[in-house]
Amino acid sequence: MSKYIIRRLLNLILILLGVSIIVFMLVYLAPGDPIRIMLGEDASPAEVERLREVYGLDRPVHIQYGMWLGNVLRGDLGTSIRQGRPVTTLIMNRLGATFELGFASLIIAVVISIPLGVLAALKHSSWLDFTTMVVALIGISMPGFWLALMLLTHVALHVEFFPLFGRGASFVGGFFQLLTEGSFTELYDAFRYVLLPAFSLGTASAALLTRLTRSSMLDVLRLDYIRTARSKGLGERVVVFKHALRNALLPVVTVLGLQLGVLLGGAVITETVFAWPGIGRLIVNSISQRDFPIIQAGTLMLATGFTVINLLVDLSYAWLNPRIRYD
Amino acid sequence: MDKKKKFLNSKQAVVGLILIGIMVLIAIFAYQIAPHDPYEQNLILRYQSPGGIGGEYILGTDNLGRCLLSRLIVGTRISLLVGFVAVGGSLITGLILGALAGYIGGWIDETIMRLMDVILAFPAILLAIFIVAVLGPGVVNAMFAIAIVRIPSMARVTRSQVLGLKEEEFVEAAQAIGASNFKILFVHILMNGFAPMMVIATLGMGTAIVTEAGLSFLGLGAQPPVISWGRMLASARDALRSAPHVTTYSGMAIVLAVLGFNLLGDGLRDVFDPKLGKNR
Repeated sequence: MSKYIIRRLLNLILILLGVSIIVFMLVYLAPGDPIRIMLGEDASPAEVERLREVYGLDRPVHIQYGMWLGNVLRGDLGTSIRQGRPVTTLIMNRLGATFELGFASLIIAVVISIPLGVLAALKHSSWLDFTTMVVALIGISMPGFWLALMLLTHVALHVEFFPLFGRGASFVGGFFQLLTEGSFTELYDAFRYVLLPAFSLGTASAALLTRLTRSSMLDVLRLDYIRTARSKGLGERVVVFKHALRNALLPVVTVLGLQLGVLLGGAVITETVFAWPGIGRLIVNSISQRDFPIIQAGTLMLATGFTVINLLVDLSYAWLNPRIRYD
Repeated sequence: MDKKKKFLNSKQAVVGLILIGIMVLIAIFAYQIAPHDPYEQNLILRYQSPGGIGGEYILGTDNLGRCLLSRLIVGTRISLLVGFVAVGGSLITGLILGALAGYIGGWIDETIMRLMDVILAFPAILLAIFIVAVLGPGVVNAMFAIAIVRIPSMARVTRSQVLGLKEEEFVEAAQAIGASNFKILFVHILMNGFAPMMVIATLGMGTAIVTEAGLSFLGLGAQPPVISWGRMLASARDALRSAPHVTTYSGMAIVLAVLGFNLLGDGLRDVFDPKLGKNR
């Protein structure tokens, strides 16, 4: 197992290196001169030249990449062209919001999908199964940002409980307040704000996971060991929850990590719809201003988060499923 | 049961095919079907409700008083075009890369598949947004970005098909009669392993349409005056209260198109991959 972990870690480093090369090269090859964007079209050639030297943009590409990567590894993601502030600060201030939204969506997806998938499998070929599958298919086919707009139009505008835009208190702050002051106000506030964005973002994942849970459960329920469990007289509840569900959820767990990545990506658009102050909205706002250091760093951070989460999921899979041997 | 019969027996595949067929016809004859000129502005008639003005505008009008139904009809063109071009591009590229990786193996396989891993390390929509943000907004760049993010799934499926098929007897037979590697790979192996790629491509059409809508929603895809569903959704954002019909119908058009491809894709998978299909 430890050999496997080391191999995966080395692979992770290679992949992140590849990610950094893509992120750097795309911006390097982008049309338009960042110094011109920074100084405006009226800047004198001498001034442009001077700044080009200051930022090292006059040096060969591999040197520029090396300098950039070195800075990134030291936690310096560059300076925003438009705002003049360190990108690291801008990103770090918003990282929590994006991950909170991503996790909240994943929790909503899991809470909806697993009971529904199990129920659909247990009532195989019934109207409940059919309805669940039709709803899941529509859920998969629906763009999250459209659902977001629909929820704003038909729910948030009419129900006072739901705020229209923005983010309330953070969940971390809410839990801290609960522990220190015993008050629920911040947690309640966080919950009110996150519910609609997380629901619209998590619906597609919920639909996909419902289908997966159902088909995996159906596969497991057909196996001999379930027949054995039933024939030795175990109650249906024990057979389903203790014997079948544990094995049926293994493929679901593998997909969870991938789904979190999909959610982090999808958050870019959902954050824009709900004015959620996360990295996604920061990236989108920076696109129209061609503020490349922010777009570059935001993409790098989200891709890194996605890769690391996937590795953790793969490793946890080994722990969950002792039948798997990696070396 | 032969595959064609099985396909025709699959309700979802047939419904999907019919939905797609209707969409394609709408796209081809868009300007003949559209009840009004989709570009004609009439500011006095802004945000008319569906069926307003004596039922002249069946789905109402948008922020510039243009006929919403006509714009949705013409918008079908961009969604399908982007979908077909992007998925076609990724299919061809993924097919070549996956086939080379699987057939030649060794360092070529390693290099290609590690590159695919790197692309997969990005959440797909994020990479697409990043590519278009850098290259500049527009339909062509959006198609390019969507194609790039879809290549790895095509390459992986092709590679596993090639790995499975290259040990088969018919490949040995082709080698024995002196067929070239190119012919063995692209004629014998890929012809036999094409079905799973078609399934992935069909399901990929749905994802491509949603991604295009998302890019256009952010202002990165089709630019005015090109009509795109995602762009229509974006322009209706300021009028959620006064004109909810614009967002509702624009989104429904996207859902219907994606649903068609998902139904067909699921149906095809059931036909070609009985193991996956048995539970549905």
